[in-house]
Amino acid sequence: MSARPLLIAIAILFALVVIVMPVAVIFARAFAEGFGVWLAAVSEPETRSAIMLTIVTALIVVPINIVFGLCAAWAIARFRFPGRRVLLVLIELPFAISPIVAGLCFLLVYGAYGPVGGALQPYGIQLMFNLAGIVLVSLFVTCPFVVREVLPVLSVAGEDEERAALTLGASGWQMFRFVTFPNITWPLVYGAILATARAIGEFGAVSVVSGAIRGQTMTLPLQIELLYNDYNTTGAFAAATVLAFLALITLVLRGLIALVHPVRGAAT
Amino acid sequence: MFRQFAAALTLIGGTLAGPAQAQEKDILNVSYDIARELYAAINPAFLEQRGADAAPLTINQSHAGSSKQARAILQGLQADLVTFNQVLDVEILAENGFVASDWQQQFPNNASPYYSLPAFMVREGNPKDIDGWDDLAREGVSVIFPNPKTSGNGRYTYLAAWAWAMDEFGGDEAKVRDYMTKMLNNVEVFDTGGRGATTTFTERGIGDVLVTFEAEALNIAGQTEGYETVVPAQSLLAEFPVAIVEKVASQRGTEEIARDYLNFLYSTKGQEILASFNNRVHDEAVVKANADRFPEVELFKVEDVFGSWEQAQETHFASGGVLDELQRQ
Repeated sequence: MSARPLLIAIAILFALVVIVMPVAVIFARAFAEGFGVWLAAVSEPETRSAIMLTIVTALIVVPINIVFGLCAAWAIARFRFPGRRVLLVLIELPFAISPIVAGLCFLLVYGAYGPVGGALQPYGIQLMFNLAGIVLVSLFVTCPFVVREVLPVLSVAGEDEERAALTLGASGWQMFRFVTFPNITWPLVYGAILATARAIGEFGAVSVVSGAIRGQTMTLPLQIELLYNDYNTTGAFAAATVLAFLALITLVLRGLIALVHPVRGAAT
Repeated sequence: MFRQFAAALTLIGGTLAGPAQAQEKDILNVSYDIARELYAAINPAFLEQRGADAAPLTINQSHAGSSKQARAILQGLQADLVTFNQVLDVEILAENGFVASDWQQQFPNNASPYYSLPAFMVREGNPKDIDGWDDLAREGVSVIFPNPKTSGNGRYTYLAAWAWAMDEFGGDEAKVRDYMTKMLNNVEVFDTGGRGATTTFTERGIGDVLVTFEAEALNIAGQTEGYETVVPAQSLLAEFPVAIVEKVASQRGTEEIARDYLNFLYSTKGQEILASFNNRVHDEAVVKANADRFPEVELFKVEDVFGSWEQAQETHFASGGVLDELQRQ
């Protein structure tokens, strides 16, 4: 009986100390010198460009993830093929590997003197230290999300309904569109949101391959670190509020999904 | 939904290809982490000096720890020139053929347009009366500087203390080691980097003295109340080496602009800007104009005291080196 208030107190205290307070401090520090100063810091050209780059990266990475995630989840759930288990493990690998190691791996392979990067260099194609590099490592760190959300639902749903649709004369596309897709819509969206949050916030891997060129290859997390190290505390915290705000949007979207789709919401 | 993805993908294709740069030239200055505002001031002044008739030029800046930057260049970061705060990091580029092996002869003063030195920042009124390296080893003085193993700033402090002691004790290494042991024992927090050490000293209020570059100390003392800068009578020369990354610049046809840019750092205008960011410079007129901000100091050189940076690194900072021995005592 007495465990109940204790557990609740622990949970709330933990949330306060670990989550609420740090986030509150970011906003407090950012607005400490007034809204005008905040606005000026956020609309500074380099910070604006970092915000844009972060959004563009997410806009590229997430759709590719959705397509890849659907293909992979479908293949693993519906087909038996050699290497299926290996593929399953590989997809989860980015969760296990530290982002900084991932960044270094990409640098060594796709850098100007790596096997792939070196082969492309004569053609004037550079994959690292630009948008392409940032997108590549972001794809790496975000690739498990969609698959992980979609795969269990696809497996549970089974093939019965799909077979029935095909028997009734549906084309492959019709079957996917009207039978499979409705089942996995919300897991798909949910996975995409998680991938977005990760793509926006990724620091370690991006830091290795970015080249840190101001106004060009600085993503928002990198820009925040740079401003902070430069003793520009207000600028750093102002930029941090933008990042926190972007994260908040994904959080709200997630909450909305829980409302629209209660079963999924209850499960998470 | 899929149609929207397709549309998004098309958009991506366009973005990846990138907006084609116009005919104008661009150069990339790859620099160390805390030089952001310095070069934000230098670059427009250089463009102005080139005049309105010159071909349009964009100067891009990259800032991070200079060892990390050197590594990125080795992996293909298209740097036309480097402005670093560690000689070793340019040496690495030279060893790998990115920078001419005689890079230190290509520009005046060992290719170091400005310099600084480890100095002390103390609390207002200097309550512990700290004015020289000997005070750092005194009982009851709490010292803050970053870990020499991980920070270039910390390495300079360590080597400066050692160089001072070698001079003070006439090369008696036993006495030098004794001094260094006491000094290191007085260090209250070993942060991993310069920024961390400054935060420890200013925001957490730990320590009686922070040892850091004079430029940094003046910068903080100028921004915040409650601190004073103390420049010891002797210290160690901290060079800020510059070089053209010939391997990249020759391919991109930017060698000449890169050379002009680095020479601008030596011009009176360039030196004025550098000095305004609390760096010591060589231009006589600028030195004279800033004499009150930069007290006279006798500077040791790493090459004279330790042979070379490589040797200093190997003897003192490598695993099992002198630093490890001193800290074990």
